[in-house]
Amino acid sequence: MREEKGMTATQPVAGPGIEASEQPGVTGATSGGVMAGGRKPGGDTRETLYFALRNPKVVIGAVVVLGFLLVGLIGPAFLRFAPMDYAGPPMAPPSADFPFGTTTFGQDVFAQFVAGLRSTFLVGLLGGGVSAVIGMAIGFVAGYRGGLIDELLNMLTNVVLVIPGFVVLIIINAYLGVRSVPMQALYIGVFSWPWVARAVRAQTLSLRTRDFIDLAKLSGVGVGTILRREVAPNMYSYLFMTFVLLFGGSILTAASLDFIGLGPTNAMSLGLMMNQAVQWSALHLGLWWWFIPPGLGITLIVGSLYIMNVGLDEVFNPKLREM
Amino acid sequence: MLTLTQLDKVYKTGTFGSSDLHAVRQVSLDVQRGEVVSLIGESGSGKSTIGKMVLHLLDSTGGSITFDGRDVTKLGFRARRDYYRKVQGVFQDPFSSFNPIYKVDRAFETLRRSYFPRVSSADWRKRLEDALGAVTLEPDDILGKFPHQLSGGQLQRLLIARALLLDIELLVADEIISMLDASTRIDVLNLLGELKGRGLGILFVTHDLSLGNYVSDRVVILYKGRVVERGDTSAVFDDPLHPYTRDLLASVPHLDRTWEEVEVEEAERTERLAGRCLYHEAVAGDGASDGGEVPDGVGLVEHAPGHFVGCFRKAAEEPCPAA
Ligand SMILES: Nc1ncnc2c1ncn2[C@@H]1O[C@H](COP(=O)(O)OP(=O)(O)OP(=O)(O)O)[C@@H](O)[C@H]1O
Ligand SMILES: [Mg+2]
Repeated sequence: MREEKGMTATQPVAGPGIEASEQPGVTGATSGGVMAGGRKPGGDTRETLYFALRNPKVVIGAVVVLGFLLVGLIGPAFLRFAPMDYAGPPMAPPSADFPFGTTTFGQDVFAQFVAGLRSTFLVGLLGGGVSAVIGMAIGFVAGYRGGLIDELLNMLTNVVLVIPGFVVLIIINAYLGVRSVPMQALYIGVFSWPWVARAVRAQTLSLRTRDFIDLAKLSGVGVGTILRREVAPNMYSYLFMTFVLLFGGSILTAASLDFIGLGPTNAMSLGLMMNQAVQWSALHLGLWWWFIPPGLGITLIVGSLYIMNVGLDEVFNPKLREM
Repeated sequence: MLTLTQLDKVYKTGTFGSSDLHAVRQVSLDVQRGEVVSLIGESGSGKSTIGKMVLHLLDSTGGSITFDGRDVTKLGFRARRDYYRKVQGVFQDPFSSFNPIYKVDRAFETLRRSYFPRVSSADWRKRLEDALGAVTLEPDDILGKFPHQLSGGQLQRLLIARALLLDIELLVADEIISMLDASTRIDVLNLLGELKGRGLGILFVTHDLSLGNYVSDRVVILYKGRVVERGDTSAVFDDPLHPYTRDLLASVPHLDRTWEEVEVEEAERTERLAGRCLYHEAVAGDGASDGGEVPDGVGLVEHAPGHFVGCFRKAAEEPCPAA
């Protein structure tokens, strides 16, 4: 039933000399057979990938998100106008020249959409990244060290958690007036890490006391190896999922800020497009091509990320796989 | 072989470690080769805590643990690796003893990577099958499965098999048959007997008195972290002295005697021991004024050869009934 495992060239061993005193009763162990039967490097990764590719939620989510990313990345190469250029006739519906039509001022909606996608992904990546890094660092240290450090970090986490982040963001954006996309992402990241920290802390805390950690110790495995081979893999999937959620959350927060007019002034974003569309009464004028693409874009990206997250849960958790 | 001397464990609990939980108090016991010693006590009496300290998984707060005369409370990484070659444990909770994201094989693979990197695949497979056979498991039914796909009893037996793969001298078995059904239970008990015959020492942790009676050469009765009575199994079970032990035994059915006989015997014993404390009588009788070595209420006196009993108070904080 079990497949024969292949040879491994990079089998990590606990250190030379320790194994030398090995082998009670194993006389004829040839050097050829030494490493045979070890785990394939990345064997688990491969299996995870296999299940990921078979999971419709993950596949659909990833295709949508990557599709938008691709448009954002290579789109500019096909554009003839900058987002703010008065490129053509005002209020033109979609046509061959302007696939998403034009705004009241004759700006190319598609050009704006592509630029907006880029800043949307930037906000997601940066904002999600910042909060993930802060949250994981704090959560991991608090959970692993415990004691006084844990109490202090927990207090900090709870303080930031009860601060109404969105309100603070509005105030900061309005008064400090820093209006570049990376800055906005940074602010968002700085206020959305607490729940990550709490979740990561709880995970670490519970993992730290699980018996399989002790069992690994009983197998003569060092702390580094235990963290790498037992603790971290349990978290990777979770951390990855957390990042996916943070990514979506940052995008949504940024879009909301943009929409209420607190977005970047020197860049285009999907939220800003909607803000302008509303400001110039695109709804009343029936310029659906102005607000549908950004609205749909945000909805699809964030929605796909959440669906992907649900799928990933099934992929990473073998208990959910069979269902 | 294994000797615990006045072992203490205090857990720091509460906010900022404000309160202490004295889980193990001045516990002294020993396990010899080819002997099963049962550690009996109710839930929360500190049995697992003692087991984990013996396995060097928890730091003790005071006292010493020696193995073949060597102090094992402070071991470096290498010394610890060597220690685990001789001393292994099976934990109480089989479900948390396996990393849920990996197949159960990995627990064995970890052991192999660590201690037997030079054993050939075929040879290892053979050893594995032997070990699994010893705990009446079918390798093909078990290997390649995830922990959640196996029953608690199967996992528990896997853990025993894992310990058997090493040529150990001492096994700490924490409630290892709690999840086994009657038929496998007897198999595992017989296996323990066989191991004992081969010279293995076993520290058998259980809350089940009749089980302790069945398997062990000596018993240690633990109450709230304190040893209240210990000695040869027959001595303790035939003539329980401490009120707690007597309470415990009163609730166990005897196969060889009728209920009335037991009642009569216990009534007689109650009459003989009521209002007394053999510990303090013995200490006073010795005229031992240097009783300051052991804090009051946690020491033991040898009532009969090989039969030790502690002060008749129940919890260590309570006053002695004879005082
Ligand atoms: N990590 C910990 N931190 C604080 N207190 C603990 C910790 N582990 C155990 N305790 C406490 O120490 C006492 C002894 O626990 P232990 O697990 O040794 O009991 P036990 O005899 O094994 O019980 P059971 O039969 O239920 O397994 C309990 O009161 C428990 O609450
Ligand atoms: Mg226990």
